[in-house]
Amino acid sequence: MSNDNSSSEQKVTTTDEFIKGLWRENPVFVQVLGMCPVLAVSNTAENALAMGLATAFVLLMSNVLVSLLRNFVPKQVRIASYILIIATFVTVTDYAIQAISVELHKSLGAFISLIVVNCLILSRAEAFASKNTVWKSIFDALGMGLGFTFALFCLGSVREILGNGSLFNIALFPEGFQSWIVMILPAGGFFTLAIWLLIINGIQTRKTKS
Amino acid sequence: MNTESLGTIFLNACLVNNFVLAYFLGICPFLGVSGKMETATKMGGAVMFVMLISSMCAYGIHAFLVSIGAPFLQLISYIVVIASTVQLVEMFIKKISPALFRSLGIFLPLITTNCAILGVALFQTNKEYGFLESIVYALGAGAGFTLALVLIAGLREQLDFAEIPKISKGTALTLFIAGILSLCFMGFAGLGA
Repeated sequence: MSNDNSSSEQKVTTTDEFIKGLWRENPVFVQVLGMCPVLAVSNTAENALAMGLATAFVLLMSNVLVSLLRNFVPKQVRIASYILIIATFVTVTDYAIQAISVELHKSLGAFISLIVVNCLILSRAEAFASKNTVWKSIFDALGMGLGFTFALFCLGSVREILGNGSLFNIALFPEGFQSWIVMILPAGGFFTLAIWLLIINGIQTRKTKS
Repeated sequence: MNTESLGTIFLNACLVNNFVLAYFLGICPFLGVSGKMETATKMGGAVMFVMLISSMCAYGIHAFLVSIGAPFLQLISYIVVIASTVQLVEMFIKKISPALFRSLGIFLPLITTNCAILGVALFQTNKEYGFLESIVYALGAGAGFTLALVLIAGLREQLDFAEIPKISKGTALTLFIAGILSLCFMGFAGLGA
């Protein structure tokens, strides 16, 4: 899935591992991983932020455990054991969110459970944590998790501002504002992400040109 | 208990609440294998089969877990069932048609992490569907997934010949098409209600 440059990996520092997830290898905008939650729960900024942080937590915990166990898990059953590790932490997160805020749990719905099948987490476990030390894996998970949260927030805030005229439930526009219903609908998710990708592509091509 | 008729459940899962275009489930294979019509159809078939099997198993598992009072094991046991079904399908396809096996490539094992399949299992549990209703729901969801995949594959095959701006090539363009398709599918709202 992700094509990590394993040859140059020895040279990079932990700060690099952290930074790369935020921008250069941003999981959503560059690698296009974990699209389902990105589109589904990004209808408001609040949902997007909560979902991003929940995913980042699961990513961090599973990366740590996978990295700790990397010398004990037989190669043949590694994917199955990664998925079990991830599923355990997702169950923990699910119950924790339910305990903190029932309302939030309701609005995120089944998508918390669906973090299990987020390709981003599995791909980090397979491509990074299973080959690197715990210390490096922590920074990788933090970078990727924050990058994911950042991308989700980018989408969620745009969709909430245009579709609802508010940000974090605070109205931004005067009374007469006609909200763009389409941004809240599923189609709006596709369009917003497509436009973000266009912007990022544009920036990247301009950079390589100059 | 749910009181919807079987036909309504099928229509709802397939068109009104299409898994890809309304719930955003299974976007990864949707973006990955929707380049060619033929692969798309076969991928749809494989997903539908896994969905059906795992949905039946999920019904049994849910009943069992409720009876022993351990609902927190739900997620873990569902994912194990799905992973083993995918393994089964993989071995089956490899034996029957090596060519198809190669063309699906990495996306075959990745069916395990297809959210649509786990989504079916979780939604049917949330909606408290019976055994027969679960099967119909899984079939509807699978048909909807295949439909969306085939539609977009057809469009993308045509677009290969079109001249488009360089920066919109690839994922961005596919997402635009998906958005327009999603708008079209909203026209089905209210059907079978």
